[in-house]
Amino acid sequence: MLLTSYEFLGFLAVLLVLYYLVPRGFQWKLLLAASYLFYFVAGPLFPLYILVTTATTYLVSCRIEGIGRRQSVYLKENKGSLSKEEKKAYKQKNKTAQWRWMLACLLFNLGILAVVKYGNFAISNINGLVQALGGRGEFGLLGIIVPMGISFYTFQSMGYLIDVYRGVVPAERNFFRLALFVSFFPQLIQGPISRFGDLSQTLFSEHPFEGKTLCLGLQRVLWGYFKKLVVADRVVTGITTITRGGISEYEGAYVFVGMMFYALQLYADFTGGIDITIGVAQAMGIRVAENFNRPFFSKSIKEYWNRWHMTMGSWFTDYIFYPISVCKPMLKFSKFARAHFGEAVGKRMPVYLSSFAVWSATGIWHGASWNFIVWGLANWVVIMISQELEPLYARFHGRFSVQGKWGFKLFQVLRTILLMSSLRIFDCYRDVGTAFRMFGTLFTRWNWQILWDGSLLELGLSGLDYGILAAGLLMMVLVSLVQRTGSVREKIAARPYPVRFLLWYGLFLLVLLMGAYGVGYDASQFIYNQF
Amino acid sequence: MSRKKVLRAAGSALVVLVSLYLLQKLLVPKYVTDVVEGAFIAEYYQEEKDHDVIFIGDCEVYENFTPALLWEEYGINSYIRGSAQQLVWQSYYLLEDTLRYEKPDAVIFNVLAMMYNEPQKEAYNRMTLEGMRWSPSKVKAVQASMTESENFLDYVFPLLRYHARWSQLEPEDFTHMFQREKVSHNGYYMRVDVKPAENVPEGRILADYSFGQNAYDYLDRITNLCREEGIQLILVKAPSLYPYWYEEWEEQMEEYAAVNGLLYVNFLDLLEETGVDFTTDTYDGGLHMNLAGAEKITRYLGRVLRDQAGLEDRRGEEHLSRMWEEKLAAYEREKQEQYLKYGVEEAGEGGNARENSAENTG
Repeated sequence: MLLTSYEFLGFLAVLLVLYYLVPRGFQWKLLLAASYLFYFVAGPLFPLYILVTTATTYLVSCRIEGIGRRQSVYLKENKGSLSKEEKKAYKQKNKTAQWRWMLACLLFNLGILAVVKYGNFAISNINGLVQALGGRGEFGLLGIIVPMGISFYTFQSMGYLIDVYRGVVPAERNFFRLALFVSFFPQLIQGPISRFGDLSQTLFSEHPFEGKTLCLGLQRVLWGYFKKLVVADRVVTGITTITRGGISEYEGAYVFVGMMFYALQLYADFTGGIDITIGVAQAMGIRVAENFNRPFFSKSIKEYWNRWHMTMGSWFTDYIFYPISVCKPMLKFSKFARAHFGEAVGKRMPVYLSSFAVWSATGIWHGASWNFIVWGLANWVVIMISQELEPLYARFHGRFSVQGKWGFKLFQVLRTILLMSSLRIFDCYRDVGTAFRMFGTLFTRWNWQILWDGSLLELGLSGLDYGILAAGLLMMVLVSLVQRTGSVREKIAARPYPVRFLLWYGLFLLVLLMGAYGVGYDASQFIYNQF
Repeated sequence: MSRKKVLRAAGSALVVLVSLYLLQKLLVPKYVTDVVEGAFIAEYYQEEKDHDVIFIGDCEVYENFTPALLWEEYGINSYIRGSAQQLVWQSYYLLEDTLRYEKPDAVIFNVLAMMYNEPQKEAYNRMTLEGMRWSPSKVKAVQASMTESENFLDYVFPLLRYHARWSQLEPEDFTHMFQREKVSHNGYYMRVDVKPAENVPEGRILADYSFGQNAYDYLDRITNLCREEGIQLILVKAPSLYPYWYEEWEEQMEEYAAVNGLLYVNFLDLLEETGVDFTTDTYDGGLHMNLAGAEKITRYLGRVLRDQAGLEDRRGEEHLSRMWEEKLAAYEREKQEQYLKYGVEEAGEGGNARENSAENTG
């Protein structure tokens, strides 16, 4: 059930009515049933996967907490009889047991993810390697359909388990509540990756009907549909023509156009999807973490990644970057590096290696193919270089007082957009070699006249399409600008009724009439569905 | 809720409903000057329902038979519920729909559609199904016809289907928002221009010549429905040279007609008897008859209906005669207009149309 399908709208309408009709204590149970139904419709076997992940996470989190509880009781009962060393040894033993349980569960669920999502990628690479070495045999590919949103719910449940292990959140004793946290349908499709501590605050609460909450939620859903259907699904035709058509035909400036189109599509598609997710949750009184903070207003790539897909970024930081950078082997290595390569290099090594792990994981997380891995590592390289260049920037700013000036800020923003769009070229072409080659043509094939000689009208987009895209882009920029001083919806809500009605009904008509949906449009799935 | 809020909500709902209704009216295709075939199915509902014969089928019925001549020469009151690439199940549900309004003496089904066993093209589905009034038959027709990319809701709210047509609006979309003139003559699509059939390709070899089970099932349903209602079902194959009508297909139809005791007329085998001349009687190189050809075919069919199906001459019925007087006048008017437009001489004694200008071949 696509978020842009009539079925989803019907499903949502029925659910909202039922949600506010059933006794409030029953609301979260209804959501659980709806989430599993949603997942079942996506694939009859999919609920089985999510159930296994939920069950193992539940059992192990309870076990971890049980060990902790027994430890407290034991230590309390034997307060006077145990020496300090005995207490320490006992605690260490329990911590090790908890760690083992957690590790087993993480590996088990990561294993499912690895087999289901990355199995065929691994097999293809092994087959390639065997053939390269002169072998003849070939392993058959797995005939498994990747369950929708498996990365999202796996990471979300892993995050929860680690939090229980760390004592950040108590283990949820009600299996069904945990099941809802893992399977909550709006975010099952493309995130955000919620933390139990955040989402559980409103997910299981009772929500009386409030017209304003419902309206604000649905307004955000509508804005999400605008981005997705009017902008993202319209520009996709141009991208397909440039990147999947006769590759050699679309070189040089076309590559630049493709990169810009893709940046627009990805932003509108992903943020639009997240708007729908957060809006649906909000319509039911549930607060889901924000995933974007106007990323294309970032002045550096590092800032961009702090504002783009924020829940994934913070997940990788909390559960990969920090654990790796402070683990014992890394500390030892850091010591070794400082001793052998000097203080300046040695202190950077743990950060660089941890970042390497994070960006490799980010790349792999985005897809089971080399282009995503290279894309992740390219981001790492760019971030590391920009960090190394910081002293140079400082010297520059010391000499020229451009810092904080409007023009320089604009330059930084445009530079970030250009840099990020360039890196996404690996995503555009889905092949590392092609991506490098096409990027190279930007400098070797000088055909920038295509920007004004009418060639752009031969990419499957008419002048009208460009007009709609430009208007859509302008609207997104304006909304982002207004957002800097608070919620746009709240600002509109403060206006007189006729203004509010005209604005929202106008937006509805724009989606209805200009949306690229239905027969004649090959409306693409949300890009992040596949993750 | 305060009175003010109730009024505000009611007012807003009204604005939304009225504007969406108007938008839908504006954006749906009007089929008035272009692709007029899309308007045929809906025109039936404006008719007085007292027909002796109902035709169902694809373009081979609405371009090859003319009810005006059937009335003029045989006193048979007929109507064609034909549409472009009408599939067998659509013909069945159209028949079901027709029987809600009237019970004709005979139903004529053109068998070319037997070649299709599955839904084909959305555009043709639209032209057949949109014109049907909502009824259980239409619901079933839509469900049976939808291609993979289609959605039932798009039929319920055509605005969803045609939402992007705002960029292609023509003046006729505004002038015909609420009213459209008839574009057919009892379902007949008139063309008088001439394009001789030349170099008609032979049918390519097929892997399997058997008609599909789905097509047969719906043909059975047509047969059974007619039998239950006491209606004579007549199967016909219009004399179109393309799509190619294979001998194997002919055998299957002959067998079906024989087994079910149905009259089957293949006009491709009756070119001499009907006098059809493919150098003068077709307007598109042999795919469809022009008026001259259609009148020849209809003249023969009239004899079949009178002599073999026993249909009576109703020209003596005053009410019908008056009604047809108007229809024939409109028929004649359009005939003359088209002769003028295409520069074609009216069919002479031999009944063959002749072009005045080689350029005006349509």
